Amino acid sequence: MSEVFERRLLTRDRGGTLLRKSWRIPWSFVLLLCALAAVGYVALYSAGGGAPEPYAAKHALRFAFGLVLMLSVALVDIRLIARLAWVAYAGGLALLVLVLLHGNVGKGAQRWIDIGPLQLQPSELMKILLVLALAAWFHRASWKRVGNPLFLIPPALLVLAPMGLILKQPNLGTALITGMVGAAVFFAAGVRLWKFALVLGAAGVAAPIAYEHLHDYQRARITTFLDPESDPLGAGYNIIQSKIALGSGGIWGKGFLQGTQGHLNFLPEKQTDFIFTMLAEEFGLVGALSVLGLLLLVVGFCYLVALRCRHQFGRLLAVGLGTNFFLYVFVNVAMVTGSIPVGGVPLPLISHGGSAMLTTMLGFGLLLSVFVHRDAEFGPVRD
Amino acid sequence: MSVRREEERRRSIFTRRALLLGGGQAALFGFLGSRLYRLQVVEGERYAMLAEENRISARLIPPPRGRVLDRNGAVLAGNQLNWRALLVAEQTQDVGATLETFSRIVPLTEQERARIEREVRRRRRFVPVAVREFLSWEEMARIEVNAPDLPGILIDVGTTRHYPEAEHLAHIVGYVAPPAERDMDGDPLLELPGIRVGRAGIEKYHDQVLRGRGGAVQLEVNAVGRVIRELDRREGVPGQDVQISVDTGLQKAIREKIGEGTSVVVLDARSGEVLAMASQPSFDPNLFNAGISAQQWREWTRNRATPLINKATNGLYAPGSTFKMIVGLAALEARVATPGDRVFCPGHMDLGDTRFHCWQRRGHGNLDLRGALKHSCDVYFYEMAKRVGIDRIAAMANRFGLGVDLEIELPGAKRGLVPTRAWRQAQGKPWNLGDTVVHGIGQGFYQLTPLQLATMTARLATGRAVQPHLTRSIGGRPVRGGRAEDWPALGIPERDLRLVREGMWAVVNEEGGTARSSRLPAQFGVMAGKTGSVQVRRVSREQRERGFKVESLPREWRPHALFVAYAPYDNPLYACSVVVEHGMSGAGAAAPLARDVLVETFTRLRTAPAPAGSRVAEVQGPPRP
Repeated sequence: MSEVFERRLLTRDRGGTLLRKSWRIPWSFVLLLCALAAVGYVALYSAGGGAPEPYAAKHALRFAFGLVLMLSVALVDIRLIARLAWVAYAGGLALLVLVLLHGNVGKGAQRWIDIGPLQLQPSELMKILLVLALAAWFHRASWKRVGNPLFLIPPALLVLAPMGLILKQPNLGTALITGMVGAAVFFAAGVRLWKFALVLGAAGVAAPIAYEHLHDYQRARITTFLDPESDPLGAGYNIIQSKIALGSGGIWGKGFLQGTQGHLNFLPEKQTDFIFTMLAEEFGLVGALSVLGLLLLVVGFCYLVALRCRHQFGRLLAVGLGTNFFLYVFVNVAMVTGSIPVGGVPLPLISHGGSAMLTTMLGFGLLLSVFVHRDAEFGPVRD
Repeated sequence: MSVRREEERRRSIFTRRALLLGGGQAALFGFLGSRLYRLQVVEGERYAMLAEENRISARLIPPPRGRVLDRNGAVLAGNQLNWRALLVAEQTQDVGATLETFSRIVPLTEQERARIEREVRRRRRFVPVAVREFLSWEEMARIEVNAPDLPGILIDVGTTRHYPEAEHLAHIVGYVAPPAERDMDGDPLLELPGIRVGRAGIEKYHDQVLRGRGGAVQLEVNAVGRVIRELDRREGVPGQDVQISVDTGLQKAIREKIGEGTSVVVLDARSGEVLAMASQPSFDPNLFNAGISAQQWREWTRNRATPLINKATNGLYAPGSTFKMIVGLAALEARVATPGDRVFCPGHMDLGDTRFHCWQRRGHGNLDLRGALKHSCDVYFYEMAKRVGIDRIAAMANRFGLGVDLEIELPGAKRGLVPTRAWRQAQGKPWNLGDTVVHGIGQGFYQLTPLQLATMTARLATGRAVQPHLTRSIGGRPVRGGRAEDWPALGIPERDLRLVREGMWAVVNEEGGTARSSRLPAQFGVMAGKTGSVQVRRVSREQRERGFKVESLPREWRPHALFVAYAPYDNPLYACSVVVEHGMSGAGAAAPLARDVLVETFTRLRTAPAPAGSRVAEVQGPPRP
């Protein structure tokens, strides 16, 4: 009976025309994203030595493409997305396997595959697909059911499988972020805190053993993080130069295109990982906090969507996507300020890079779909 | 109903947890903000400084080293362009191939190639590496012609010290060398590659003046050190020229006259300026430029003729009979003898069991001071020394610049030794009267330099404490000490001085004087002087009695020959000392040389009229016939 009921509801709610749906898209949020992309354009213009080539122009183009992708996804019915979640997750895992077998090697790790002109990093995509799958798993479970440890085993495997494949690339940072995104969904779904404590405890025991299996460059990152000055010309150089660039920016910055650290190439990878440093050097604390504020607004919007959503699937999806975006921003900025070890995490919407832009915009597409379909009816809760 | 309640419950849990999660994330944003505040505001200044240090590279511009000029303005030490070939690795595809081609044009040794390739590897690819220094014109021309086949090679010019007179003034001008650790006096200039510091002579004494102060240029560089632009330039102060009093022509003429082991000093008797100072053998200071080879260094330091040592300031000799004027003056001042007092010379003097011989075995008979100087009678001065005592002799010697630091601008110049009773007792030995007697004729422990003997002569001639010196002007500004009036009077009665001068006049100009044959040709006026011969090895009585002849001794045992002189007698202009090692006798070897030196000095310098007011008026007319 419930089956029939569900189908009926689906049919009824599909009634909104595309036009009416697009009316429900939060255009102020889209404007916010445009503002961040514009910041990215400015930063990449500077990183390119004061020219749209080679970074800024491409960035604008990618954003435009991403915008179209996002708006398209926003109009897709959220229940359809929920039903496709498993297929998408399976596809993502397949891509991860593929990248291990045929991927291109960068910095000693197999990370991306070429799809036409696009370099796709499946690990980035996988985090969104994982959130999707977890939301699909939890969305109809009652609180009682969530309390059952046996019920938690399959979603735990959903998290561990991509984590393992990403670690194998090897990419420690992304694997950890994937785990954290998964944990956020578990938490929002209502999993008791002591279970997290249990898992964390187990991880704490496993960490030293895992450290033994880390690659040298990964270990170097950890030791360099603990004492950056120990190796000022080697691995610590990036952190030190980034801190110098940030610090020398002061309150008001050195001015657009006036950043000495960036323009004289003291700053490494300034168009990708260290783009925030570039901004903070040229626009100072004021500029850096403004950008950070815009990014915080994006995260805040995710939670707003989650709280206003009337179905658990959308809530979990929105929280997962918000956490994913937050982790991108936090890890990147913490990395360039020398607060956590350096890892190849770009700043979403601002860093140069096609794959990250694509996955970010795909995520926002899903988020907007949640918002547009926030009142959609799903099936009843099951014990 | 239960479904709705279940949904409500789920929702409230979610809301609580979402707010917790969102709140945690917002807090972490706050952490990032505080981190940025700390970096950009609290520690901002420190990082701004570090960024400037990153960006700005200060480089020193070495100032040109000042020149050393002679009294006529001729260059004695100058800077010569040093053409060198450099290699810029980034401008060639193949460093090895370029070097291969280069060595076909200008041969490179295996070691040179290894050094170049090592430096290329070590430095950044746009930093030039020296391939070969001191290129000749011909080599340069060949490199230029083949330039198309030598990608990455460029010709550059630096400077190197050059001494045009080479060994003629090496002992005075000195030489330069790369600074050693101990030379580092905090001047950042000394850390520049290619910089040189004075190591001897005027180059060392006036090093600070000659060196100048380095300029600095501030360059903006990028992360790999490539220069982006010049931000600021502060010009340095070039080193100042130092003019010295030596007359190069005179110096060279003297050096041509003298052989190994001879040193000559010519002073301007009134001003104390050193006009010439020669010591044979010498060395070529230019060889220090490119770095002395170990073999060359061994050759110089092992050579028994000591080419690196300036014998005029560092050679130590007993003065012999040239010291007798000092003994005479000491006796007069102490009133132990009057000018007319005569001493009978039987050819020897006995003191207890010991017999002290006069050089003239037959004896001189009765002599006063004038006659004793003229004949260089030893017995007269044995007697005077006995009367006056060693300490008063030493005090008089010191007043004439003997055994004291003359502060000549030649670092390391010897102070010498004039013995006193206290000095001997400090060695734990008694001073005997016999010692005093021997020291009365300038033998014994005396260790004096030819420069001190010349200074003594200038002081005898002028009665003033003339200080020998080399520096005439620094950076075009004259230094003190150019005129006789600059020097204080010695405080010795003119009557005493005149007596001694008369004795020195008689040595050269009177029948029977020991240097009678070395008179100046008439047109140069009259010279006054004193001979001296110093035993290098003691001659025993048996040898004497067997009719010993010094000519039979091997060269290194033969006595040194000394002569001190000034001229003209009635208006002293020049004072000189000559020491001929193993020259046998002062009259035979040193006096004729001194005469030639003075003739040369007159010929070269007398043409220029003496500056007004420089005449020493106190010197009286010719002596009694």
